[in-house]
Amino acid sequence: MTSKSDDGNTKPRITPASLLAGFAILIACQLAGETLVSIGRLLAPSFVFPGPVAGMLLLLAFLGWRRRLPIGLDAMATGLIGILSLLFVPSAVGIVQYGGLILEWGPPLLLALVVSTVLTLLVTVGTYLALARLSNGEKP
Amino acid sequence: MNSIAEIWVYLSASPLLWLTATILAYLLALAISAKLGGTPLANSVLIAGVLIIVLLQVTQTSYISYFEGAQFVHFLLGPATVALAIPLYKNLEKLRRSLLPIAGALIAGSLTAMGSAVAIATAFGAPADVVASIAPKSTSAPIAMELARNLGGIPSLAAVLVILTGILGAVIVTPLMNALRIKDYAARGFAVGVASHGIGTARAFQVSEVAGAFSGIAMALNGALTSILVLVWVLLSQA
Repeated sequence: MTSKSDDGNTKPRITPASLLAGFAILIACQLAGETLVSIGRLLAPSFVFPGPVAGMLLLLAFLGWRRRLPIGLDAMATGLIGILSLLFVPSAVGIVQYGGLILEWGPPLLLALVVSTVLTLLVTVGTYLALARLSNGEKP
Repeated sequence: MNSIAEIWVYLSASPLLWLTATILAYLLALAISAKLGGTPLANSVLIAGVLIIVLLQVTQTSYISYFEGAQFVHFLLGPATVALAIPLYKNLEKLRRSLLPIAGALIAGSLTAMGSAVAIATAFGAPADVVASIAPKSTSAPIAMELARNLGGIPSLAAVLVILTGILGAVIVTPLMNALRIKDYAARGFAVGVASHGIGTARAFQVSEVAGAFSGIAMALNGALTSILVLVWVLLSQA
């Protein structure tokens, strides 16, 4: 599946330089996000927010303002998001370090996680659909 | 025999070994998942994680030496998270039109995620530090560890619960939403983003770009809101 785009037909080609520029934009935004978060921590030490997520919001604001998506950034982002699951594998393997903790509290905690996750999915999707129907009577 | 042992000593000291193993385990997980008809039960993070854990146990490798190789994959999580802005930008109009459902579902979902986990763990008689560790389980790991610490919990336990919550949500969401015949992929994605942070978002992108985009914004907003809720909780309990 290729990504959809409603731009004109004459698209600029993806070049190594445009891909690298795309990656540079991503890490620059992460750096800006991390910086912003550490400044924020000076002001409100108990408020936690991850730098990469702040970087994502910064990039979204920037793209929303410029109204233009560089082709290399699009390609690089699509590639990284395509392997997003892989990127969680090292953290998931980290569970091995806490085998004891899991065994000690395993069954009740696992049950709490399953019930809470199902409830959260149901409440969130239910609220979303109800409010979506409320805010626009006609289908989008 | 001796030379094979020497080769192993050499390889196991190199970050290349576990970097390669991580990527191969993931590719194998994708192949297994495809072989099983793409069933959400065969979650790629889950399968790859189990494969690597078994390998580490068999080869008596510590997580620390594993991570020396895996850190290069782990590092890309930062830029990949920033990259979630791109599908959000592509769906900006849909996002703008959905501000009310987004705000409402965020508040309801965030409170449910934290409240239900705390209530169930308390009902099972879990001690206060365990309850504090499960409270932020629907946020991403760095937030959850910090919040657990602020609440008097155990950061490492919080990290484990976050990963398990992510995998659970990623496995449950598709069959649950299909059973309820919910076809609004923005709503489905938003729900899994609130419940299961980045791992849920990775799953949402496997289903649809709209679901992925809405899951990404849900993850970001839920991280912020949970952080604020915990701050209020800490302040109230001090008062």
